[in-house]
Order: sequence, then C-alpha cells, then structure tokens
Amino acid sequence: MPNLIKDKVVIDDNWTVLRLAEGESAETVSVPVGKVIVPLTVWQAQRASLQTRSELGVWLASDERPEALKDDLAPFQVIAVDFPKFADGRGYSIAYNLRARLGYNGELRAIGDVLRDQLFYMQRVGFNAFAVRADKDIHDALKGLTDFSEKYQTSWDEKNPLFRRTKRATQSVRD
Amino acid sequence: MYRYDQYDHQIVKERVAQYRDQVRRRLSDELIEDEFRILRLQNGLYLQRHAYMLRIAVPYGLLASRQVRMFAHIARKYDRGYGHFTTRQNIQFNWIKLEESPDILAELATVEMHAIQTSGNCIRNTTSDELAGVAADEIVDPRPYAELIREWSTFHPEFAYLPRKFKIAISGSEQDRAATAVHDVGLHVIRNEAGEVGFRVLVGGGMGRTPILGSVIRDFLPWQHAMSYLEAILRVYNQYGRRDNIYKARIKILVKAIGAEDFARQVEAEWLDIKDGPSTLTAEELQRVAHYFTAPAYATLPAVDAEFERKKTEEKAFANWLKRNVKEHKVPGYAAVILSLKKTGVPPGDITADQLDFVADLADRYSFGELRVTHEQNLVLADVKQSELYAVWQEAKAHGLATPNIGLLTDIICCPGGDFCSLANAKSIPIAQAIAERFDSIDFQHDIGDIELNISGCINACGHHHVGNIGILGVDKDGAEWYQVSLGGAQGNVSSIGKIIGPSFSAHQMPTVIDRLLQVYVKQRVEDERFIDTVRRVGVTPFKDFVYATPIKAEHATGEDVCA
Repeated sequence: MPNLIKDKVVIDDNWTVLRLAEGESAETVSVPVGKVIVPLTVWQAQRASLQTRSELGVWLASDERPEALKDDLAPFQVIAVDFPKFADGRGYSIAYNLRARLGYNGELRAIGDVLRDQLFYMQRVGFNAFAVRADKDIHDALKGLTDFSEKYQTSWDEKNPLFRRTKRATQSVRD
Repeated sequence: MYRYDQYDHQIVKERVAQYRDQVRRRLSDELIEDEFRILRLQNGLYLQRHAYMLRIAVPYGLLASRQVRMFAHIARKYDRGYGHFTTRQNIQFNWIKLEESPDILAELATVEMHAIQTSGNCIRNTTSDELAGVAADEIVDPRPYAELIREWSTFHPEFAYLPRKFKIAISGSEQDRAATAVHDVGLHVIRNEAGEVGFRVLVGGGMGRTPILGSVIRDFLPWQHAMSYLEAILRVYNQYGRRDNIYKARIKILVKAIGAEDFARQVEAEWLDIKDGPSTLTAEELQRVAHYFTAPAYATLPAVDAEFERKKTEEKAFANWLKRNVKEHKVPGYAAVILSLKKTGVPPGDITADQLDFVADLADRYSFGELRVTHEQNLVLADVKQSELYAVWQEAKAHGLATPNIGLLTDIICCPGGDFCSLANAKSIPIAQAIAERFDSIDFQHDIGDIELNISGCINACGHHHVGNIGILGVDKDGAEWYQVSLGGAQGNVSSIGKIIGPSFSAHQMPTVIDRLLQVYVKQRVEDERFIDTVRRVGVTPFKDFVYATPIKAEHATGEDVCA
C-alpha cells in the first residue's frame, strides 16, 4: 500500500485516485467500490449514484475552480488538488480558497507532481496531506515541512502576519 | 536604511540551509536538473553560456557600505574580480561555481543580504526611485512601503509558482524615476485631498515580446490595504494568467485580454474577502519600518557654498560633471551624486572589486555610509555636502567613475547580451561599446543633451529597449546577429513604447545608424528641444527616411566584427 504524509506523519494511504484514461468519459466511467477520490467531472456527471456512498473523495484539476464545490462539500472525506507539474502553482490558490472562502475543514490532499521542496508552501496554503510522487522517498520529503520556522505573511496556516504575532524590535539604524 | 531583526536573520539563515541542502541533493543526483532548475532560479542562480550567474537582491536599490564591501569580496573570492549592476537595481556575478553558491549566500547573510526570488516565476525584488528620501520633488518617501512589500512577498506561499515572473515598482515623486508604467504592478505613493497617504495602482505594464504600458485599476488605495490588495491582484493572476505559452503568461496579457476594467472588477471581488483582515497594515507596523528611513544627521548648511561656486566657474570639466551627474537635494547645502558606470570601454553597469571597495569608502566618508543603485545601472551617493562635491569628483574621476554622461548618449542601458546570457539572440555589450567609442566626445554629447539609448540582446527586453528614445534590439536572422532600431520610446511620467523604423542592421552599421539619427535631430530640433520631444513633434518618418536614404557600408555581414 502506498504511503501518504498526513498531519505531518507518514501513514498508509487507503484511498485510490481515479483518473480518466484515454477514451473514458466522466459520464460512463465505472467508479470502483471502496475509498475512491474521483475527478470533479465524474462527481458532477454521476452525482446521483455517488452521493449515496459513505466514503468519497473528489479531486480538482489545476484549471478547475474550487467554487464548483461551493455549498457542496459535505459528501467528501477527502478533497484533493492535482499538480500536473510542480511548477503549476494554481493549486495553491485553489487550496487557499477551498479553506478560506469555502470553509472546507476536512482532509485537503496534494496529488500529482508533489515533491519535498514545495511541501512547506503547500502546507501553508491549507494542504494537510501529501501524496508524494511515488519515485521519491516520502520520509525524506517529510523534512520539507519544516524548512522554515517563521513567516512574514498570512496564509491559511497563519491567521496573523508576523507584525501582529510578535513585537518586532527596532534595530539601530546606522553602524 | 532597513536593518534585519531576529526574524529576518532567521528566515534568511533557514533559506541558506534549505538551499545548501538542495545543492547537495542535486550534486548527488537525488534531484534531477529539471527539478533543481526551478529551485535554483528562485534563488537567483542561472546557468549561462560559460558558467552560473548569481543575481543578488538589492532591495529597492539601497546598499550599505559594508554590503558593497561584501560584493568586492565575492567578486575576488568567487568570481573574476568584477560584478554587474542590473536594470532591476540588483547585482550579478557571472562566473560562479554551483558548489560554492551556498557559501556565497552564507557570506551574504552576514551583511543582511540574499538572492531570494531574484529569478523564477515569483514576485521579484521590488524596485524604486534611487533618489527616494532626498529628491526635491518627493511627495511621500516610498522606501517604507517597499520594505513592507519585500517582507510580504518573501516566500509568499501562494505566489511562488506563478504563470511567469512578477515585478513591482514603487515611486513617490512628481517625476517617476522607477519606470512604474512598464512593471507588472506600478505603485505611485500619493496623497488624496484630505492629505492621507495611499497608492495609485497600475497593473499590466511590461516589456518583452508584447510591450504594454500599465493601466490604472485604482486611483487611490489607502496605504493600510497595500498587502491585501496586492494579494487580490496576485490571486486573480495566479488562477487566470495563461500557462500554455511562456510569451503570453505575464499579467499584461491577461489584463489586455479581459480589459483593465474587468480585471479591476475581479480584483475588487477577490479583495472583498480579505479587505480589513489581519493583513491590513497598522500605524505601528508602518512606524517600525519607517523608523529605518528617517533622515540622517544633516548639518545645517548655507544653500550656496562660495568655494564650490568658484570652482564651478573655473573648471569646465567639473561644471560638466555637476550639470549631468549631480542632482538636486531637498536639504539645503546637500546634493545627490550619480557615479557613472558608463565609462567608454567598460560594459555598462560593470564594476571591479577595487571600485566596489572604493565606492564603499566614498560612501563612508561623504554620504552616511549608504549607496543606491539606479535602474539605469549607475550608483548614487544620495547625501553629499555641496562643499565636498569637488573632492568627491576628483576621487571618483581617479577611479573611472566620474564620466559626465548621466542621461546622455553614452549612459546606455544594456543587458549582458550574447556574451553571457544563454537567452540572447545577439551580443549587446559590443554594440554599446562601439557606439560609446564613436561618440566619446563629451562636448558632442552635451550638445545632443538628454537622450536615452537602450539595448537588449533579445526580446525579453532586459535592456529596456522599448522605452529607449532610441531602442536597439538584437535579433537572429539565419544564425547571424542583426539589430532592429526603434524610436520614440520613453520612461517616466510620459512613458511610451518605441516604434521600429525599418529593416535591421549589422553590428558594424550601428554607429552610423545612430549618427544619422542624431543628424536628423540636430537639423530638426527647435532651440533646446530634447531628442524625444523632436521625435514626438516631427514623427519617425524624417529619421527613417534619412537612415535608409543611402546604403551604410557593411564590411561584414554580421555583428561578429565589432569586438574583433
């Protein structure tokens, strides 16, 4: 069973991510039983049958909008955001808006090209689970969560910027 | 100037450790080059033609003498004895070894410097007015806001992997000296009718393949909202900016595609969610930062120094230098001095380790230990006593830093071009040098007067050719280097994008092309009319007609001959 970083520890991942293969369509693809994270398009197309499931996840592609799940978060134990390439940064704003604007409180998982050197930023915008790319050492990747101990600005993880959290002393101006 | 506190030190120190580990993992092949490239770029390390180049951030162009001495040290220990100041007020070193780059960053950290976000598709170093705090025409000192933006944008987790790079410029004067119209975001610090401080916000300016001037999307943003409003702009851009084509990925293309009004509407909608939230700046925080930019201990001096006046009338060379390289200061008896890095024979913006040590020393003795970098690639001593200008001039002259050419023909803005940069289509430094040699006469340059000649070695426009009164762009035609000339570009309050005059030229032809353009100007100008004003009045046609009237002798077909 593959591993997952969740809430800063490596655990077994018992969810499966469903990706449409060439020629498959959201309307007709068969969603296996069990813990499956389905594409947003599949959720939208097969909602009637999927919403009866007790365990369901959904994932957003980087060009999809979190607003598509507005008022529609309840069915999901997991929401995932896909990073087709780690340099595609749309997922950061998607995650932030899922948390801050839509008020999603459950597991928010980064999937796709998920690598150690981006985990710190991902964690800051609201991700709490990381499906690190399979060819990388997930225990090594864990170190990426602690690269920095302080941050200047707000994001999902810090509700207040540094200047509101601390008393910043003023240094002498000239040597 | 700003000084790090424990938090700044800690963040930079942790960055050095993070980067050192990334380099280690690259060298041991735990990271492949495709993964590492984006990480090193976010730390200013480019792979160029011959070696790595390291670009060090000079926040809004401000330097302390101890930082300049560190540059000298880096130039000697890790490079070939010189550095290069850039059009974004940064400095870069061209001969860096990957293995040594973490050590350089560790050394920089000891003088409160770094290379964070000097490249990559993230928020870059914020640039500003080199005369901030001393300019006679200043409305509000932009430096505290520039520092607040520096802190806010440093490692912003949501905006590190944008569609493309993102550059912010901020100006607080009547005259815009920060080229705000050609930045992704331009901020003008202003006062409203009630005297409150805020920003006029421009978005979507830029150069590159599609030069566009920025559009105002908000006339007045109260200063408290700077961070949340920038956050809203970036969030819209991060989600909707194009990622399918690198040449269409800048925010200017998005703003152009949907229109400035619609873009502004989206930003305002995004902003509603976060406006008045915790990012809202407080008076206390502004005060904390502004404290670092209070005026130094100026002496009370007469507005006019008699000895200075005497020397000025006696020595023409000194008078020439005063006329071009010395700028008005808001405090009586003081002046701002521009040290020219545009001496003929030296690549524009280049400076040797010895010169770096020398200017640090000069700053300590004459200007409260501080220096500024201009986006025209010169240095500024912002607070020199009028009575000491003569001494500064003599010393600067002895070190090759007093060429009286600021704002003149040989004060050329120039990118590193094909000699260094792997993106370049053509060399740019040899073109600048050939032009500087042809028009080396200071009397001739003073007669021509204000003119901006900008050269880029490729369409990325690091040499700002679009906003040069004369712009030169290196292009590749069938593997040979050619140069396209544009006319009528300008930066500042009346910014404009230059128009291409016609077919391109070989490197060898370029000095003659410039000569012909100047001939038309001299013939057409009315009284003291500046070059740009003549171009605007008579249009491009007379220039174009004369330049192409007769063939220009080209001994060689390509640009290769100039440096031979």
